[in-house]
Amino acid sequence: MASVQYREINDRSARYRALLAAFGVLILAALGAAWTMEHRGHVVTGMSNRVVWGLPHVFAVFLIVAASGALNVASIASVFGRDFYKPLARLSGLLALTLLAGGLAVLVLDLGRPDRLIVAMTHYNFKSVFAWNIFLYTGFLAVVALYLWTMFERRMNDYIGRAGMLAFLWRLVLTTGTGSIFGFLVAREPYNSALLAPLFIVMSFSFGLAVFLLVLMSAFRWSGRALGDAVLKRLGNLLGVFAAAVLYFVAVYHLTNLYVTRQHPFERFILLEGGVYTALFWLGQVLLGGVVPLVLLFGRGAKRARGRLVAAAACVIAGGFAQLYVIIIGGQAYPQLMFPDKVVASSFFDGVVAAYAPSLPELALGAGGVALALALTVVALKVLPFLPRSLTDGDVDSPAT
Amino acid sequence: MNTDRRQWLVLGAAVLTGAALAPGFRLIELVQARSPQEAASTLQRWGLLIDTTKCTDCDVCVTACHEENGVSSHGRLETDAQWIRKVSLHDKRTGYAQTLPVMCQHCTDPPCVDVCPTGASFKRADGIVLVDKHTCIGCRYCVLACPFGARSFIHEPVSDQKADVPRGKGTVESCTLCVHRVDRGQIPACVEACNRDGGEAMVFGDLNDGGSELRRRLNSEPSTQIRPDLALNTGVRYQGL
Repeated sequence: MASVQYREINDRSARYRALLAAFGVLILAALGAAWTMEHRGHVVTGMSNRVVWGLPHVFAVFLIVAASGALNVASIASVFGRDFYKPLARLSGLLALTLLAGGLAVLVLDLGRPDRLIVAMTHYNFKSVFAWNIFLYTGFLAVVALYLWTMFERRMNDYIGRAGMLAFLWRLVLTTGTGSIFGFLVAREPYNSALLAPLFIVMSFSFGLAVFLLVLMSAFRWSGRALGDAVLKRLGNLLGVFAAAVLYFVAVYHLTNLYVTRQHPFERFILLEGGVYTALFWLGQVLLGGVVPLVLLFGRGAKRARGRLVAAAACVIAGGFAQLYVIIIGGQAYPQLMFPDKVVASSFFDGVVAAYAPSLPELALGAGGVALALALTVVALKVLPFLPRSLTDGDVDSPAT
Repeated sequence: MNTDRRQWLVLGAAVLTGAALAPGFRLIELVQARSPQEAASTLQRWGLLIDTTKCTDCDVCVTACHEENGVSSHGRLETDAQWIRKVSLHDKRTGYAQTLPVMCQHCTDPPCVDVCPTGASFKRADGIVLVDKHTCIGCRYCVLACPFGARSFIHEPVSDQKADVPRGKGTVESCTLCVHRVDRGQIPACVEACNRDGGEAMVFGDLNDGGSELRRRLNSEPSTQIRPDLALNTGVRYQGL
């Protein structure tokens, strides 16, 4: 393959500034929401003592999971030696950094005491998977920055493979950590499963690649660069495989539960009687996030249409949000089992499905995290050569090699 | 000396002896109480026994707890702090109804302490599980991890705080077993109220003290924990569940 030439997006147009301004407005709205939540307390949100993690956490976990998944394209190039993906590696690393930054910003601004971030950085309880995650996140930022440096700096190019391997292993551990935040909750029937760690890893593959695809196609279109069908076809196939893998893990998770009699009430809740959570599971997570993308990607006429690829990626992202909403909020809304075989009632709403309705401040905070990730990406693409000048089919190896 | 006079003298001597010795007994009690400077010790493991068969429909324990600790309601049950709550149970098959108070169970291996990223959730040497209000960042992971729904996140600004019980918006709190009273040698407010105005269903004591009423009852009568399957060895035990 000919050596790849990378170029910044040299855009000083009003259009570019308008895009940044739009992101800026969303970020300001998020800061306003965070200020309100801290000033007046979380009572302004839809969260409660039963559903303590709400919409901001859906956004934050999506961004964090997608961040580790966005790095996959680079890993395929560096770790698995597929040169075909090499020109995309820089953008892959960049998205890993920016998506994580967006997710962490949401997570921190939702804290009851965001002003005590320094406490979180200086006091550690090493038995807490949350504390490990703090190290895993900051370490991931450092490792991916190092990885990008080996890509950008010609003298360091020899180390790309090793840095890529380190980053790949780190991202696997990181997503294991994110899944384990829920998997280690021993007292809650919806969580407390070792399957959540690998489930989160395949979710990251799928969500991260979907975001990567949309950003790649938008950036090339925006800067008027050529993007060949060969690249998109391969990435599309990969997205289909990942979306199918997510469906597989979800199926195994629920089948395992269905075998355990004690878990039947929970399964009845998610699969049949959970109202909004059941709807989001079947229509959002399974249909929109799984079946529709598979049909779009592998159905008839899928080979030519770029529109179908964009739609498939968008569906995977929408389904991903639905899936995290079901896992995070549905899992909390479902009552904790404290007294088996008893009908339970109390002022704490024991024994009943907790009410939760997302509020505007929560939506603003979450959307602000997405805007921050995208704004950082857009600025980085302008100031550093992350994108190849061209990715026509002639610039990359043919799919057969 | 006639009989009446002798009786009076005996009575007087008894009163005098009592008056002389009582401060001594009081002193023993004071000596046994920890001084504020003295660290909590593993020699004690504070605990509760709640006899649900004596627990009536009242909520004097809840009122006393919230009064003692300055926990006031904003009229929003979903977000109000609830350090202790009355839970009613109906057996699905037999219909048998009962009621019981549920609060922090002060586990030997508390899941809230395990998951807390900063170590703000901690267990004292004497088994009381607390939140360090200075290092709690308000992440609420402990609320998710608690098997008993015993923890509350403070959703609104708090006012009229008690000097002994610092609280703060944006942090998590739960039953402290009235640690400020226990350190003064008193019993928790809920237990005091239940014994005074309720069904006398609660016993507070030292699980390590073989001579305490708590241990005597636990040794001789059946008791259980909530979620014994989790093997958390709770400091709060129940009878009649």
